[in-house]
Amino acid sequence: MDLENGGSRNREVSTLLRIFRAIAVLPLFALLGGCQWVLLAPSGDVALQQRNLLLASTALMLLIIIPVMALTIFFAWRYRASARAAYDPDWNHSLPLEVVIWSVPLLIIIVIGAMTWMGTHLLDPYRPLNRIAAGKPIVEARAGSSGIRKQPLVIQVVALDWKWLFLYPAQGVASLNEVVAPVDQPIEFRITSSAVMNSLFIPALAGQIYAMPGMQTKLNAVINHPGEFEGFSANYSGAGFSDMRFRFRGVDDAAFGEWVQGAIRNGSTLGREEYLVLERPSEREAVRYFRDVPSDLFTAVLNMCVDRAKMCTRDMMAMDAKGGGGKEGIHTVAALEYDKSVRRGGQPLPPRPFVMAICTPTDVYGAAGVTARAVN
Amino acid sequence: MTSYPDWWKLLFGRFTLESIPYHEPILIGTFAVVALGGLALVALITRYKLWGYLWHDWFTSVDHKKIGIMYMILGVVMLLRGFADALMMRGQQAIAFAGNEGYLPPHHYDQIFTAHGVIMIFFVAMPFVTGLMNYVVPLQIGARDVAFPFLNNFSFWMTVGGAVLIMASLFIGEFAKVGWLAYPPLSGAAYSPGVGMDYYLWGLQIAGIGTTLSGVNLIATIVKMRAPGMDMMKMPVFTWTSLCTNVLIVATFPILAATLALLTLDRYVGTNFFTNDLGGNPMMYVNLIWIWGHPEVYILILPIFGVYSEVASTFCGKRLFGYASMVYATVVITILSYLVWLHHFFTMGSGASVNSFFGITTMIISIPTGAKIFNWLFTMYRGRIRFELPMMWLLAFMLTFVIGGMTGVMLAVPPADFVLHNSLFLIAHFHNVIIGGVVFGVFAGIAYWFPKAFGFKLDRFWGVLSFWFWVIGFYVAFMPLYILGLMGVTRRLSRFEDPSLQIWFVIAAIGAVLIALGIACFLIQIGVSILRREQLRDTTGDPWDGRTLEWATSSPPPAYNFAFTPIVHDLDAWADMKKRGYQRPLTGFRPIHMPKNTGAGVIIAGLATICGFALIWYIWWLAALSFIGVLAAVIIHTFNYDRDFHIPADEVVQAEDARTQLLGRA
Repeated sequence: MDLENGGSRNREVSTLLRIFRAIAVLPLFALLGGCQWVLLAPSGDVALQQRNLLLASTALMLLIIIPVMALTIFFAWRYRASARAAYDPDWNHSLPLEVVIWSVPLLIIIVIGAMTWMGTHLLDPYRPLNRIAAGKPIVEARAGSSGIRKQPLVIQVVALDWKWLFLYPAQGVASLNEVVAPVDQPIEFRITSSAVMNSLFIPALAGQIYAMPGMQTKLNAVINHPGEFEGFSANYSGAGFSDMRFRFRGVDDAAFGEWVQGAIRNGSTLGREEYLVLERPSEREAVRYFRDVPSDLFTAVLNMCVDRAKMCTRDMMAMDAKGGGGKEGIHTVAALEYDKSVRRGGQPLPPRPFVMAICTPTDVYGAAGVTARAVN
Repeated sequence: MTSYPDWWKLLFGRFTLESIPYHEPILIGTFAVVALGGLALVALITRYKLWGYLWHDWFTSVDHKKIGIMYMILGVVMLLRGFADALMMRGQQAIAFAGNEGYLPPHHYDQIFTAHGVIMIFFVAMPFVTGLMNYVVPLQIGARDVAFPFLNNFSFWMTVGGAVLIMASLFIGEFAKVGWLAYPPLSGAAYSPGVGMDYYLWGLQIAGIGTTLSGVNLIATIVKMRAPGMDMMKMPVFTWTSLCTNVLIVATFPILAATLALLTLDRYVGTNFFTNDLGGNPMMYVNLIWIWGHPEVYILILPIFGVYSEVASTFCGKRLFGYASMVYATVVITILSYLVWLHHFFTMGSGASVNSFFGITTMIISIPTGAKIFNWLFTMYRGRIRFELPMMWLLAFMLTFVIGGMTGVMLAVPPADFVLHNSLFLIAHFHNVIIGGVVFGVFAGIAYWFPKAFGFKLDRFWGVLSFWFWVIGFYVAFMPLYILGLMGVTRRLSRFEDPSLQIWFVIAAIGAVLIALGIACFLIQIGVSILRREQLRDTTGDPWDGRTLEWATSSPPPAYNFAFTPIVHDLDAWADMKKRGYQRPLTGFRPIHMPKNTGAGVIIAGLATICGFALIWYIWWLAALSFIGVLAAVIIHTFNYDRDFHIPADEVVQAEDARTQLLGRA
């Protein structure tokens, strides 16, 4: 056992720290090699900024990961029992080292944390875009300014079982499993789902966001290169999930106009009745176009009242905000049930009993109560 | 579908003869193998008249060591099932391209990925971790058993009960097709009407009771039963991490129980907590399940960090570097693990400030975790490293886990998560930390403590083979998934269109086969070691030149662990005792007060499992009967006053003399 003096130990520690620094300046750009990887070479500005953040945080972390891996291998080799290297069984504390091992990760996390805070706010999917691409800002039209704010193209998205419906409220058309947008045009997706959770994801365009029944999410994005891109659901939603794919096409303005005209010419009508048929579960639907889409269809889907016999959730919430329907309201319960078991080909839900009164000191058997039954 | 008469429904609920999956050749084949294997096992046990031995010495045992070993066996058995699922998924994804449907229809494939996740987390990782804690913690703190020995036995059998229900779903009915966390509305009555979801709910509910109670038990043990002199900052690191893990268990498993109970109410009595109708909110479920789910990953990894710490200091032959900072890092991780759950659903439309908050808290966890890595690193510095199996696992872990940590921080940056969420990159990340962290650590722990539990070391050749298959297999299986994730491929798909992706899935499948070989080598290692036990025998009780108290007693330890409770003066108590020239007391033994075995745990957990099965199939009479049975058994057990006995001093003297002789020979 060769216990050495503290001086040589400190020397060795400082050598270590030097090695540490030396390795730390070797950032890895190996990831950049794969350009066919859509997340690393996207075609939309939002996805591009998301990629940049991904690469920057990776590079920052490699500053510490690579030295750690190298040191692990080095120490394991250097201090193997057969090497008979310096052995110091009681050495278990070093204030300078402890400061380094807590503060270096802390510093890196402070930098990544700052990037995260800014990036998360700038790339918040709800936030209207402020640029089309790097160096192409969108400027508010103001007296004396030449910039014009491009109004976003609104596309309403409904995730159905198991297909995607895209509504263009300004154009009055809709499409199934295909979505088209002009290049360099800000797009605002408003997203909901008819039954279960899905996630709208077009990797080349921008990050994903969930599509959830009765709730609306938003995604602002822009496509900078024309082309056909893959879109799909990124959240498992049942048997037909694997084929829940669609095409996203970035085209020039003229082609977009033609596409809309084509939908108006060749599309079938999509009213509430047709929607209720379309909503039924089906898989691998071919691309289809619709015209004469009522402007309130998306709102009705969102409020789960496309079927006019159902009460819209916003009305229900308004009633609840005023104290609710009380016991008498129990009779409207059938109008509040939306889960579409039968329409999905499932078993009808059993009738539900509702207890309207519980026994009270004056009414021991709860005889005043009525049991209402609601059938799905 | 044939209609069944009312008496049938009354007797068998919604069970019908069509519920048996005759039409699934894979399942029938599996059933045949399982049934034949089971029959052979039963025949062998009967042939060698082992039923009494198993019942008296194992099933009803309240000895923490035997319960710990039974947890490990449960983990290994369920690992085989969970890994079979993994192989099937890899096989399906490797061939289902360009119009090829593969061999698994969605109906079957979706059950498999759900079962894989549920089994691997609840019935593989949890039993392994609980088993290690159960076996090692009382020995490390110089105690004779856990604080509540009967409760320990009961907890184990409840875990088994949950596992039995999940396994039953394979041959009776079906399992859930919802993903391992069962997000509503998909998991609600409207969209998942079958028995699969109910198997999920009752299986986890029953196992969860066991886990919660074992958490209570171990906290009480660690807080109240440490040997004299072992104050908190002299506890071995594994005991520290176990304490933190059990605090997490007790604080989070009730949330899981409540969440599943609410979903159960939605499904059984028509409440609307998580439905789309009547004001229900599915997002509430997502929040609740992750408030349990995120601490759960720390429940798994913290004790394993403890294993690595013990392995590092033992095989480097020196004290752990930065013990205090290791402890503080563990406590910080314990607290922070509650503040990060939302990072599992940045993409559900939370605002930028909320997302940033949870992203940054997540990154902060990497600081104490990084400190731990550095502590192990500097434990190696100026050590004298012996490359025994546990040390090899430690090195593989350190090199692998940092990659998983890095990809974890990438996922914690919300804008990056928007493109990586639910992708195969995420799958690669969490397998990177669970296999590279938890599983490697479990194998390190098994190799490390096996000689303590059985008195002989594990065979090195097969262990090294298993090690390399596992480590190489892991990289081959999961690096392609990182790449596929960056190509924008999402999880849980059973078919693909783009043929250029296929090669990566084929590579991943090869990796899975390598891991399968690793598992096979591990099983062979156990078998070979048992056959060669005389050559591998350790008579010292301290084969690795260990540093903590479990190495102070014999291998395997006597039922009472320590004839005299050790007195602790320093951290690494056993290393300290050895240094100070500790002499084992050879005389003055006294009778030892011990808890008595009881069958109550098996009986109550068995009844609870029957109750769960009856509830799944709507067999109400049986549910009521078995529930009453559970209550009755619990009440009857409280009147059992015959719960303890004394090991006579003669027996102690005999056992200790035998050890003295062995030590003299060694």
